[in-house]
Amino acid sequence: MRSALLELRQITVSFDGFLALRDLNLSLQPGELRAVIGPNGAGKTTFLDVITGKTAPTDGDVVFKGRSLLGRPEHRIARLGIGRKFQSPRVFEKLSVQENLALAVSRPKQPWSLLFQRLTAGQRDQVHHLMSIVNLQNRADWAAGSLSHGQKQWLEIAMLVGQDPDLLLVDEPVAGLTDEETDLTADLLKSLAGDHTVLVIEHDMEFIRRLESPVTVLHQGHVLCEGTMDQVQADPRVIEVYLGTSEEENG
Amino acid sequence: MFQSLQQRRWLLVCLWVLIVAAIVAAPAILPVFRLNLLGRFLSLAIVALGIDLIWGFTGLLSLGQGIFFALGGYAAAMYLQLSNAGDLPNGIPEFFGLYGVKELPFFWHPFASPWFTLVAIWLIPGVLAGVLGGLVFRNRIKGVYFSILTQAALLVFYNFFNGQQKLINGTNGLQTPATKLFGQYVGSDLMQRWFFWVTAVVVILIWALLRWVVRGRFGDVLIAIRDDEPRLRFAGYNPTLFKTLVFGLAGALAGIGGALYTVQSGSASPQFMEVPMSIDMVIWVAVGGRGTLVGAILGAVVINFAKSLVSEALPESWLFIQGGLFILVVTALPEGVIGWFRGEGPGNWLNRLGYCLNILGNWLIRWGNALIRQSTAFPWLNSLGINTLGNWLIGWGHALNSVGIVRRIGTYPRLELEGQVEVQP
Repeated sequence: MRSALLELRQITVSFDGFLALRDLNLSLQPGELRAVIGPNGAGKTTFLDVITGKTAPTDGDVVFKGRSLLGRPEHRIARLGIGRKFQSPRVFEKLSVQENLALAVSRPKQPWSLLFQRLTAGQRDQVHHLMSIVNLQNRADWAAGSLSHGQKQWLEIAMLVGQDPDLLLVDEPVAGLTDEETDLTADLLKSLAGDHTVLVIEHDMEFIRRLESPVTVLHQGHVLCEGTMDQVQADPRVIEVYLGTSEEENG
Repeated sequence: MFQSLQQRRWLLVCLWVLIVAAIVAAPAILPVFRLNLLGRFLSLAIVALGIDLIWGFTGLLSLGQGIFFALGGYAAAMYLQLSNAGDLPNGIPEFFGLYGVKELPFFWHPFASPWFTLVAIWLIPGVLAGVLGGLVFRNRIKGVYFSILTQAALLVFYNFFNGQQKLINGTNGLQTPATKLFGQYVGSDLMQRWFFWVTAVVVILIWALLRWVVRGRFGDVLIAIRDDEPRLRFAGYNPTLFKTLVFGLAGALAGIGGALYTVQSGSASPQFMEVPMSIDMVIWVAVGGRGTLVGAILGAVVINFAKSLVSEALPESWLFIQGGLFILVVTALPEGVIGWFRGEGPGNWLNRLGYCLNILGNWLIRWGNALIRQSTAFPWLNSLGINTLGNWLIGWGHALNSVGIVRRIGTYPRLELEGQVEVQP
């Protein structure tokens, strides 16, 4: 077995005594596409916050490419090769589509190089290529804030790809998209896997099914089970947490 | 879209030609008193440019720019005081005698050198701003907490400078007009003309520098910090570094402005660090237009000129006018005057104008029709020319309608005009 790209070891996150995550273990192999599902409050977003450095875990370790991520600021984790797409699309609304993507592909991301260097021809080509993938060529000079919800989702995914991370963390990429857009997004994510490692968090079961990927179910900050979509859906524990626990068990 | 861009470019070019012409013509037209005022206001415009960079572009509202303004002013004043102290008793500036100080405090010594002073004017406030800013930004203090901190720092510096009679003449400040530079009195007409020229050139150079800074990807990062700083971290940028840099740059600009202001106003004093002064600086930028460099310059110059004219005619009333102006801008023109012109402001007004013309036109047509109906029902009215009047009204109504529609079409979103099709991702 190859060494894992990302490994979460016994992560516990406590917010004033409330355990958002408890003893969470998860590992991702390079090139893998993985879906994470779970009912509301299962800790899905906290789990991404821990990986990207936004929240420090109370206990446990996050290891990426053999290095611990604990204590590193967000921008350094991002530069190590972890990109994140947020639940609601977060693009820089006052900047144009092209400028948004240019910021994503710029390298190095230091003030002096941004001041004194122009985008290289290769980077400009990459920006155009990304715009053509997400069908925003005609919108190159539009302010990102004037795009539709679906276009913003796609722009953010394009920015993520432009960052060229090894690991893409994608939080609810199809929230608020039409069926057709959802299908296109699934194809896009599938095509990204292989070169990149992709972790998708989603509520939409049809979308998860289309990804044809292993599924991890989170429940109350813990991994409930892992398997294919069919295995997971047949698991009585999963049915239980989705349909609600009985009173006695909640105690 | 292309056309409207071209139009705006022409407007901007005209604006700049006007500004440069005004600066070149000013010494010939204005009496020295007014020229000196213009020079002072242009030095305040340099401070405003710095505030625009940190507030308009980066979203950092600093209420403490007076600190850096005063430091630049004091640096210039200390050099002038020292360079003229040679023939005085003890060879040190006169005011020290009042407090029985016989020896120059240590930190005065380097200011005997003109070259050191020229660098210190911007480097000391710049580095101080960078260090203070860096400490605050590191701890991710932002928004209103940042503003409160800057104001608190301002008060600390104000009280400190006020109390140091033996070091920097305390509350009285350092006077410059009676000192000499290049063999001329600093307060003389000739020197004041020169200071005006220097200030005008420096304003334009700094405008060009900042334009270069904000136009490229560096400027895009600043705007991204303003709009969504946490998101930018996840894209691999370190906002703290960028914020520290621009805050330092704004501090350096405030220092340059303070030095030029001091030599033209005749003194550097702790009053530079009074709270209302720093708030005024923010108001200039807000009124002129946050995020537009020309707006910051115009805001500083026009508001200060208005202030001095109003204060001459109606003393005491300026504060009310300034307060009203600020409220007007916050409620009606949140982007400031220049921002309003650059944005949808004029388009919206044309649209409204067109709408009113259409209503008026339809109303005239209705009245014209009514008159014609009456004149056919009562033939005797015909002889009074009612029919002609009705037709005339209808004609005008149609004309107004056409103008109104043209006005409104001119302001439709660009999408329809270009015939683009909505694309879905």
